[in-house]
Amino acid sequence: MLLIHCPYCEQDLPELEFAYAGEAHIARPADPSKLTDEEWRDFLFIRTNPRGVHFERWRHINGCARFFNAARETVSDRFLLTYKAGEPRPDVAKLTGVAQ
Amino acid sequence: MTHFSLAQVIKGALSGQKNWTPQWPDAEPKASYDVIIVGAGGHGLGAAYYLAKEHGITNVAVIEKGWLGGGNTGRNTTIIRSNYLYDESARLYDHALDLWENLSQDLNYNVMYSKRGVMMLAHNVHDVQSSQRHVHSNRLNGVDNSWLTAKEAKAFCPPLDISPSARYPVLGAALQRRAGTARHDAVAWGYARAAAARGVDIIQNCPVSAIRRGPDGRVTGVETAKGFIAAKKVAVSAAGHTSVVMETAGVRLPLESYPLQALVSEPIKPIFPCVVMSNSVHAYISQSDKGELVIGSGTDQYVSYSQRGGLPLIEHTLAAICEIFPIFRRMRMLRKWGGIVDVTPDRSAILGKTPVPGLYVNCGWGTGGFKATPGAAHTLAHTVARDEPHPINAPFTLERFTTGRLIDEAAAAAVAH
Repeated sequence: MLLIHCPYCEQDLPELEFAYAGEAHIARPADPSKLTDEEWRDFLFIRTNPRGVHFERWRHINGCARFFNAARETVSDRFLLTYKAGEPRPDVAKLTGVAQ
Repeated sequence: MTHFSLAQVIKGALSGQKNWTPQWPDAEPKASYDVIIVGAGGHGLGAAYYLAKEHGITNVAVIEKGWLGGGNTGRNTTIIRSNYLYDESARLYDHALDLWENLSQDLNYNVMYSKRGVMMLAHNVHDVQSSQRHVHSNRLNGVDNSWLTAKEAKAFCPPLDISPSARYPVLGAALQRRAGTARHDAVAWGYARAAAARGVDIIQNCPVSAIRRGPDGRVTGVETAKGFIAAKKVAVSAAGHTSVVMETAGVRLPLESYPLQALVSEPIKPIFPCVVMSNSVHAYISQSDKGELVIGSGTDQYVSYSQRGGLPLIEHTLAAICEIFPIFRRMRMLRKWGGIVDVTPDRSAILGKTPVPGLYVNCGWGTGGFKATPGAAHTLAHTVARDEPHPINAPFTLERFTTGRLIDEAAAAAVAH
């Protein structure tokens, strides 16, 4: 079981308290009626799915119920960092010491 | 290659089983091939076999990062069925089922296909209504499926608890009698042996690091741990790692990779005659020929390449199994494992051409690729050989995520794959 740090509650808590909510930092289109079919496809369906550091949303559903973001290594499942929603995407090189 | 027959078995017995030879050679790569298939699972090996057998293309290599059949082919719960709701899916999976029927004879290798029946339980009124609709729809599509009352279900599968006081009461079940199981490793081995006999090179322990394209955009070959190998056509059939490989050719896919877990009990005497699935409580179970109860769990909620998965899912699955089959409450579990499955937004596969000339993809089988093995392999071979899809896999394009013509099987069927 994963232990996840909620940046609002500031506690490490078991995975069962949290709901995964997909890839993070995917911005909703500012002007939806201007989008082409390809742009809709990219927004709705195309995902990074990296073998490496993944930026993702979690929700502390059985706690404070708030959304936050996490950077997690998808091979080891190790969390590198969790941060509040709205904060900018952290620099991967700084987190892992490896340029990507 | 030794042709297996009763005479060979008797000869083997009389000679102390000492004269069996390796079933296929472990090849070293040549400088170039007509077709390279990335991923030596059942789908990839099968595609190589059908390329050689049906299309006369034998200058083929199947390249595998680990060992043959060591990915999801060796990690699934071996269940075969074709009772899918939508026309497109019904045709594809029923095509696979037709090929399963004679696969052992075709390959001259016993894949132990056992038509023991797959039974899907209905626990409430909604389940009954949607299952019956499913049965009718399947029958209209020519797909075998039938409806059983609770008593008939109990007669078909005696360990089932159908008492009204059960935590998950059984109100009836849909039964596909033609469905069943097969020995997963034997499928990979049988295809490998039959493909190698027709001249296909199987290259193991050779990760593909990149797909190379020429100035005109066309595929030129693959970079591997054993150097560059040129190819006129490349087909990627790498399950959970497909997005990583395809990214190197500049193709981004609508895929996410999740761990899917399964577990087996200690081996016991034959007790469980069929496969039982319960989609509402998410559990499914069968018994292997070795005697282990084979239990399928679910996918973890997060993207991962860890091939492990978390224990809470196993606990949840076993809780459901113990409620539906109280007889198994004191069974001990022997081991659990995970495989990485590639899931598409509509839970249907992507099998066809890509925007890159000469590059083909077979992916997105999610949690249910094993049952499709011969059908996927057969239609992938057709697509690669003719550079156009077989009518059966034609709807399973990558373009459907642009046009919106999805095959939304998960929403339609609400079933585990």
